[in-house]
Amino acid sequence: MRELRVTPIKNGTVIDHIPAGMALKVLKILSIGDNVSSTVTVAMHVPSQAMGWKDIVKVEDRELGAREIDKIALIAPTATVNVIRNYNVAEKRRVTPPDRAVGILRCANPNCISNTREPVESEFVVRLKAPLRVFCRYCERELEDIPAHII
Amino acid sequence: MASFRGRDLLSIRDLSRADIELVLKAARRMVPYAIGKKVSRSLEGKILSTLFYEPSTRTRLSFESAMSRLGGRVLGFSGAEGTSVAKGESLADTVRMVEAYSDALVLRHPQEGAARLAAEFSSKPVINAGDGAGQHPTQTLLDLYTIWDETGGFEGRNVVLVGDLKYGRTVHSLAFALAELGTNLTFVSPPTLEMPKEILEHVKERGLTFRASHHLDEVIRDADVLYVTRIQKERFPDPQEYEKVAGSYRIDGGLLRDAKRDLIIMHPLPRTMEIAPEVDRTRHAVYFKQAFNGVPVRMALLDLILGGES
Repeated sequence: MRELRVTPIKNGTVIDHIPAGMALKVLKILSIGDNVSSTVTVAMHVPSQAMGWKDIVKVEDRELGAREIDKIALIAPTATVNVIRNYNVAEKRRVTPPDRAVGILRCANPNCISNTREPVESEFVVRLKAPLRVFCRYCERELEDIPAHII
Repeated sequence: MASFRGRDLLSIRDLSRADIELVLKAARRMVPYAIGKKVSRSLEGKILSTLFYEPSTRTRLSFESAMSRLGGRVLGFSGAEGTSVAKGESLADTVRMVEAYSDALVLRHPQEGAARLAAEFSSKPVINAGDGAGQHPTQTLLDLYTIWDETGGFEGRNVVLVGDLKYGRTVHSLAFALAELGTNLTFVSPPTLEMPKEILEHVKERGLTFRASHHLDEVIRDADVLYVTRIQKERFPDPQEYEKVAGSYRIDGGLLRDAKRDLIIMHPLPRTMEIAPEVDRTRHAVYFKQAFNGVPVRMALLDLILGGES
């Protein structure tokens, strides 16, 4: 029997070119946990001509929202998002980090006002996209470990 | 250059070079009013709210003096005890209430970013008077005013920042602004309290070079300005180590023998042991004048923001 490492999907989304090791963070962003009704395929540490090694996530019967794509761009800026409809790639696009990340990252500074019960969403300004550097709009500090601070 | 009228002042980074120069020139015009030689009523009928969630002596009093010298009134609190804040009111709600009582707000708060948050909830201008370890732009402006007034400018001046450069908020904002203004910077600190890399990167981005040293006696000879900050005891787990380090950055007559005749020594105050009392009597000491400069600088800002006619 022929074995396929990763099978094609009929409808859904393929997130390709994820930096190796980041696939599980992508699953977290997509809230893929116990209550998933469709098939999710994860390939980790796959050889890649462009990147050396990469991760891939395939989610069947689901297309991603803009906020989810912005979150993915912040932890996997090299990723490409392919929308699959009836086994064909209907859309293919590279993710781009947004200029501002509102309500999707938590400030690492415990003394930042955005970490209190004040009625505001966290907000980060993306000052540089490659390499990615983001700064809290409130306390002005740089967020060092972006993946660890995704909300 | 954006108009100051109705504008917030949250971070020194919000000000362009032209903005800074405008404030400094306006501050110089305010000096006769700040010392009571002339009388101004330019802010008569205006009310300034001072919300001090943390104790402060110089900043609060100089804001109150500045507003009074321009004929305006001040209301507010110092320390949150006995206010609705002690009952658990959010900063956002306090700001929405206070803005209805006054024409501008001055805020000192223990958390970083508090002033920016306050500005989002206030339709009246908000002036940041220190937010935790974050920004304190009016302190930076009075420091800049002192350097400009005493030395005649910024470009080409050798400014040495000495002490706790890692945690001291005044030195971060000051270094940032001085880099914008083309000053030559030297950073002197113990190895564990060096200037954060973000500030060093900014200096490099401005096309400037800087010197970093652990020894004050190596750099004192070239200095035009020596900006001294306190090294706090709690930064050192070993009290003996603290004594040793703090002692090596002490400014005294011996150190100043090699200094330029017109070197000025600044300090944001309060000082403890970093400047010997004997230095107070020398021509170099400008730290008390620097503290006074807080009044004309804050008068200039209030006048510009509240649209007085001075």
